[in-house]
Amino acid sequence: MSQPEFIDARGPRFSAGITTAVLVFALFTRLDVLIFWQLAVFTVAAFYSMPMSPYGIFYRKVIVPRLKGPAPLESSKPPRFAQLVGFGFVLVATIGALTHTWALFTVATAACIFAAFLNSAFDYCLGCKVYLLGVKLTTPKR
Amino acid sequence: MKTLALLVATLVAAVAVGFISKKRQGRFVEKKNFHPLVTADEVGQELGSVATLLQFSSAFCTQCRATRQVLENVVPSFPGITHIEIDAESHLELVRRLHINQTPTTIFLNSEGQEIGRAVGAPKKSQVVAVLEKI
Repeated sequence: MSQPEFIDARGPRFSAGITTAVLVFALFTRLDVLIFWQLAVFTVAAFYSMPMSPYGIFYRKVIVPRLKGPAPLESSKPPRFAQLVGFGFVLVATIGALTHTWALFTVATAACIFAAFLNSAFDYCLGCKVYLLGVKLTTPKR
Repeated sequence: MKTLALLVATLVAAVAVGFISKKRQGRFVEKKNFHPLVTADEVGQELGSVATLLQFSSAFCTQCRATRQVLENVVPSFPGITHIEIDAESHLELVRRLHINQTPTTIFLNSEGQEIGRAVGAPKKSQVVAVLEKI
């Protein structure tokens, strides 16, 4: 992972809205291309940079100029952890789609919709909530 | 049809979780915690003579900042009460001992450093004032 950066705190919520829409379409149409696309977006956001992901770029170029007020900044670490969780779910969904295991695809996609919708509608970042839990579990006790 | 039912169930569940968490956000929960007392050494600052609001944060989480603003705003009008903000990730031992699972979490400590209650999430000003008036 690259260095933690400071990002516009409203960005992840916007991205989650698009993610929800894309995944709902994917769920019904079972179009491989949609799930590949979402996997690619999560890959860039989780492993490279959130603002450089397609939704991040769209947010900066199109949405930010229309927003008022200064951007509330936050560390990208917790939301990027959330993107990583999203990446995991969509990876499972992709495997489901490629192997035509539609039950797997459907459950994984629905789980991801759950988290993305919560984030966009309520500003409730599931990944951010479990971030500290993740740190606790992965850091050995002294 | 099945897919539609699943989608509706997923969204309904998400809405329920969303509303419940909004409602619980920042609410003070009374809790006696008899784990070893929190000391000034551990938090790197003297505890308040009456009580301490110990806020656990992670680097610039939006809600942590909102919490800080509320607490910094309220605390000065209550003598003997101190607000201390510490980074959860660099105080993991304390995080484990006090069973903190997310940020922001504000632990209300009495003068001895014993937990008397906590608020998870960003509290409203009125919620904090109501608790401090009783201390």
